[in-house]
Amino acid sequence: MPARTALARLGDVAAEDVLPLVSRLWGGTRRSLDELAVRLVGPDFEERARLLQARYVDAGGDPFGLDLQTAKYALMTCAFFHRLWFRTEVRGIEHVPEGRALLIANHSGQIPIDGAMIGAAVYLDHDPPRMIRAMVEKWSQTLPFVSTFFSRVGQVVGVPENARRLLTMGELLLVFPEGTRGISKPFTRRYQLQEFGNGFMRLAIETESPIIPVAVVGAEEQYVNLGNVKWAARLLGMPAFPMIPQVFLPGGQMPLPTKYRLYFGEPLHFHGDADEDDAVIEEKVQLVRQTIQSMINRGLKERKSLFF
Amino acid sequence: MATKRHKPARSAPVEKRQAERRVRARRESDAGDGGRIESGAVVVTGICGRLGRRLARHLHRERPVIGLDRRAFDGKPKDIEHHTIDVRRKKARELFRRPDIGALVHLGVMHDPRLGAEDHHTWNVIAFQKLLEYVERYDVPKLVLLSSANVYGPRPDNPQFIGEDAPLLGANRFSDIRDLIELDMLAQSFFWRNPRTETVILRPTHILGKVQNAPSNYLRLRVVPTLMGFDPMMQVVHQDDVVRAVRLALRPGVRGIFNIAGPPPVALSRAVKMLGRSTVPVPHTLARAGVERLWRWHMTSFPAPELDFIRYVCMVDDSRAREVLGYRPKFDLASTLEAVDEERWV
Repeated sequence: MPARTALARLGDVAAEDVLPLVSRLWGGTRRSLDELAVRLVGPDFEERARLLQARYVDAGGDPFGLDLQTAKYALMTCAFFHRLWFRTEVRGIEHVPEGRALLIANHSGQIPIDGAMIGAAVYLDHDPPRMIRAMVEKWSQTLPFVSTFFSRVGQVVGVPENARRLLTMGELLLVFPEGTRGISKPFTRRYQLQEFGNGFMRLAIETESPIIPVAVVGAEEQYVNLGNVKWAARLLGMPAFPMIPQVFLPGGQMPLPTKYRLYFGEPLHFHGDADEDDAVIEEKVQLVRQTIQSMINRGLKERKSLFF
Repeated sequence: MATKRHKPARSAPVEKRQAERRVRARRESDAGDGGRIESGAVVVTGICGRLGRRLARHLHRERPVIGLDRRAFDGKPKDIEHHTIDVRRKKARELFRRPDIGALVHLGVMHDPRLGAEDHHTWNVIAFQKLLEYVERYDVPKLVLLSSANVYGPRPDNPQFIGEDAPLLGANRFSDIRDLIELDMLAQSFFWRNPRTETVILRPTHILGKVQNAPSNYLRLRVVPTLMGFDPMMQVVHQDDVVRAVRLALRPGVRGIFNIAGPPPVALSRAVKMLGRSTVPVPHTLARAGVERLWRWHMTSFPAPELDFIRYVCMVDDSRAREVLGYRPKFDLASTLEAVDEERWV
């Protein structure tokens, strides 16, 4: 049976040559990645990872499946964009408390890099390092690898019970109340805050968490969106279908290296009844919205150049 | 004439009812329900199961234990009274007439996926309905049902920790769990209808140990297949922690639904690694098709829909058990996991 001998030989080759080669390659890649990490993110990166690990290990591990060994690689990618690509300037990071807080930010830039940059800022620039927690779409849990990746880097399924639990655990929860309305704005409406949802305010009142307003300046220009094609979005079942001419240029798939500026505002405290009428909650939400809008406006006025 | 014909036929139930009233009166004249709950005899259905034996062993030193099972109880301790009868039989009903019955613990929920759904349903639901009838008629002051956290079902949109008031959606994808959900519901409605009986429903997560259930059998595999790209967090609980929870539920004054969880949750891959097993990741579409086929050829005891348990989270919030029941798991993660490898019960 020549077919069988050929198969057997193939199996031998796979077991004796290919497997060790692959594992050696993998080990090598991993080592060089680790080295690159140190060069990229500074010598205190490991120290920071240890500090953060202590926070979760003492509590018997994170119940949502955050694993810092895996999260490290994601954080390294974020650190690259944070330090080298966008050269992010972070102001007011000291306003982020050590305990629980809701970070409320404007959403922009077609893909949610802004969330990753806020995450990088509270990890790399805050003392002690913190991990940002955000909520992901339920649908993502049905996807292999994606679901595991999200839970390893600390993202949780977007249901109110999870948000409540994270805050009572003393975590930092990042919320974009504009949702997809904000992220897929066309270029002409850049830096104009869209309507806010009310859910985050009820959550803040119920759990007595401070709200940290965050303004992200510089993300709007990373992809220039000429307008959303409604019929294409409907056809593909996507929330929006932006027209971004730059992606057809070589290398244009990467975001433009604009300079990111992150402004963390002073904590806002809200009290009262979480089950209050929409109108009452709305008023408080508007207060947060105006704070963020004025922070954005101030940042835009200070900005001298888009790229430096 | 019509009345004449009916009279003799009616007298028997009337007599019976009077007898029951006498039993009830005698019970009420006792030192109160609290005393009877604390020291009265405990009827344990399904006592011959592995969990039932463990519970009996712990319980029989403190108070009388009466076993009720269709199977024979080999190696039974001498002071345990065992009846090898079907609970649907009249003899079982006679048992509950005795005034010294303090509690009923229902562990006898059959879960054999190989058996036809119809037999399953008949046995589980009818038997439990009969038991509820006896408890109501003869005023047994305590009822404990061992349900399961599986009634919530593993779902992609589950909150990380499910509370007791969450809907029971387990049967959406996995219809074999339907019986258990129905039992849970029956016990819930019984709880509201009969305030005289303290009804407790326990919903433990995956029980590990010598027990023969899907999670223990799964972790006992030499090479553990997992779904490629999925690694949900899961909760496990040691069999003896469940036994302790049942004993806590037997205390007077305890009623309601309690989720029971063990040590802090762990990722599936880490649990398998802690046991020193190797894993084979299989793409979930292939795994489903494969397990379905193996199931049809009688080569596996895992029905394909159970794969969802290693795909999505199904974890419970046990804070109510900690606060009200005073329950704390005694076994840590390592010893809970290692319990599956312990020598099998003789």
